[in-house]
Amino acid sequence: MCTSANSFMTTTYLEAIRQGLWEELERDPDVFLLGEDIGVYGGAFKVTAGMLERFGEQRVVDTPISESAIVGAAIGASFMGLRPVVEIQFSDFISCAYDQIVNFAAKCRYRWGAGVPIVIRAPSGGGIHGGPFHSQNPEAAFVHTPGLKVIAPATAYDAKGLIKSAIRDNDPVLFFEHKALYRRIKEDLPEEAYTVPIGKAKVVREGRHLSIVTYGAMVHVALEAAQLLDGEGISIEVVDLRTLLPLDEETVLASVKKTSKAILLHEDTITGGLGGELSARISERAFEYLDGPIVRIAAPDTPVPYSPPLEEAFLPNLSKVVEKARWLHRY
Amino acid sequence: MGVGLAVAGDPALESARGHGAEQARQFFYYMSMMREVEDRIERKLYRQGKIVGGVYVGRGQEAIPVGAGLAAAPDDMLFPSHRDMALYLIRGVHPRQIFAQYMGRIGGLTRGRDGNMHMGDLRLKIVAIISAMAASVPVAAGAAFAMKYKGTRDVACCFFGDGATSRGDWHEGLNLASVQRLPLVLICNNNQYAYSTPVEKQMACANVADRGPAYGIPAEIVDGNDVFAVNSAALRGVEHARRGLGPYLIECKTFRMTGHSAHDPADYVPNHLWKTWGQRDPIDRARDVILANQWAEPEELTLIESGIRREVDSAIEWAENSPYPDASELLEDVYER
Ligand SMILES: Cc1ncc(C[n+]2csc(CCOP(=O)(O)OP(=O)(O)O)c2C)c(N)n1
Repeated sequence: MCTSANSFMTTTYLEAIRQGLWEELERDPDVFLLGEDIGVYGGAFKVTAGMLERFGEQRVVDTPISESAIVGAAIGASFMGLRPVVEIQFSDFISCAYDQIVNFAAKCRYRWGAGVPIVIRAPSGGGIHGGPFHSQNPEAAFVHTPGLKVIAPATAYDAKGLIKSAIRDNDPVLFFEHKALYRRIKEDLPEEAYTVPIGKAKVVREGRHLSIVTYGAMVHVALEAAQLLDGEGISIEVVDLRTLLPLDEETVLASVKKTSKAILLHEDTITGGLGGELSARISERAFEYLDGPIVRIAAPDTPVPYSPPLEEAFLPNLSKVVEKARWLHRY
Repeated sequence: MGVGLAVAGDPALESARGHGAEQARQFFYYMSMMREVEDRIERKLYRQGKIVGGVYVGRGQEAIPVGAGLAAAPDDMLFPSHRDMALYLIRGVHPRQIFAQYMGRIGGLTRGRDGNMHMGDLRLKIVAIISAMAASVPVAAGAAFAMKYKGTRDVACCFFGDGATSRGDWHEGLNLASVQRLPLVLICNNNQYAYSTPVEKQMACANVADRGPAYGIPAEIVDGNDVFAVNSAALRGVEHARRGLGPYLIECKTFRMTGHSAHDPADYVPNHLWKTWGQRDPIDRARDVILANQWAEPEELTLIESGIRREVDSAIEWAENSPYPDASELLEDVYER
């Protein structure tokens, strides 16, 4: 029998985040967690299960329902040398802490030189029939906020490596965890400790004919589409942004310059979404390389509906991506 | 389910004085209907996979929406929380619409756009729940502002849990309403848990009602499992607000006889609490009071219950036959047509 049985077990996205948090709590006594129902209950999604038992009430703090106070208190504690990791129960409720995040945390370093080393974890995304208040992808508002870092991992490996980097980072980091990935994807993780750098995208599949630039749960949709279209002789490159702010423009532009065609794919609604920003950068800096229009695939401009046929029509999916990719390839 | 003797010493007997047979039966009907509808949703339809989204029920708390909802006049605005299904029933929403809402069908109040109790209808003067806890408190204050502005004698009744009182919106809403002396009745279901968080981790004061005076708002505490007591308190609150005396806060002490939602086994709740509060079931208590006062024969109550079951059976059938919305509806109604 293998002595370290754990190391060879495949790890879910959820478990990867849990491991990352756990290892940082073990490594640095200044790291602590706070949020609603994260202690006794282990979190609404059980990401912090067992942490109260291991690290105690001082480091795993069950708070009142007070998002603004939770984030504000995290900022204050960070000034005193602690490294708070906040859980917002659903990213839909991050709006309740908007002022503390956007008007305070994000502007501290620039205004008066104070770093705010906090992490705000927020389960986000649809596909779980959560309806308008338990399915949103609020990242774009924060990508529009200089001073924040915004992360949206797509794989278990990156989720673990990035949560660890986020905790060690000296600026405020928003960490959007996609709920639909929590238990759906898994992979073998390295036995040894590792981190994944913030601000670096990754080419997760090489291709020649067109690039799909995406992040979060949509990375898997893009990969599925690439796999399927490979059979039709269409070779697709998939770029996983991993960090949304600061954007790794270099990797995106390199891919688009190579393939000459770009699809920008996200689950967030289309207007004001990240696709528009990426599109602008591509046309500003790689226009002469393009052999076709830049294509955005995103959710339409509506709230996230609850009923399955509506939600299915709302979310970008394999068939929508395949159809657009075929069209762009022919262009 | 005791008869006569079991009720001896129940303070509900005292609080039922001044209430009559017809009203007591109405309380019994709405509480039983809410229980039956929610039992079917949580214990049948959800487990059968017919409800794909979240399910939050008010088992054990029925006396609060029923007692308070019937204290409001039809023109008063209601702002329910997620465990207040009876408010919808009282305002004329049919159980079949509630089932269809939960199942994401077009027969639901939101035509499948939202689920569970996240629904409203301005014609019925019932405002859709805002999922962010306590966000409805300032909104209710605004409705009350408009009532005062227009010189109507209506009031706004806003419902929330103990956990919601930790949000800034709650405090801002109370303060604004009090400063402006708005006709706002605030009704708290203190069911002692917010998800897994017990009330002592939610607030350091003993009662939600203790927070009222800090804003200059009179507050009282009632037995939230005694529908007669809740109704009387709500009538006092409504009267206070109607007379232009400003907001009024009522804390109903109760217990959530279920998990936070259908997927939560609530094993963080100590057994003795289930036991103690199981003996204070608001429907059983109302039944005992009704029988003790001879406001109905036992057979009449049984008849009410079997009528409810039949009504619910056909409501579920109706809802299951209600179609799903067509994908072509997705883009409609983001703005006025
Ligand atoms: C601002 C906000 N944060 C978190 C949540 C997630 N959430 C939904 S219900 C709930 C507990 C609510 O407790 P309470 O207000 O006491 O009402 P109860 O469910 O006990 O009736 C939580 C934390 C939310 N809906 N809104």
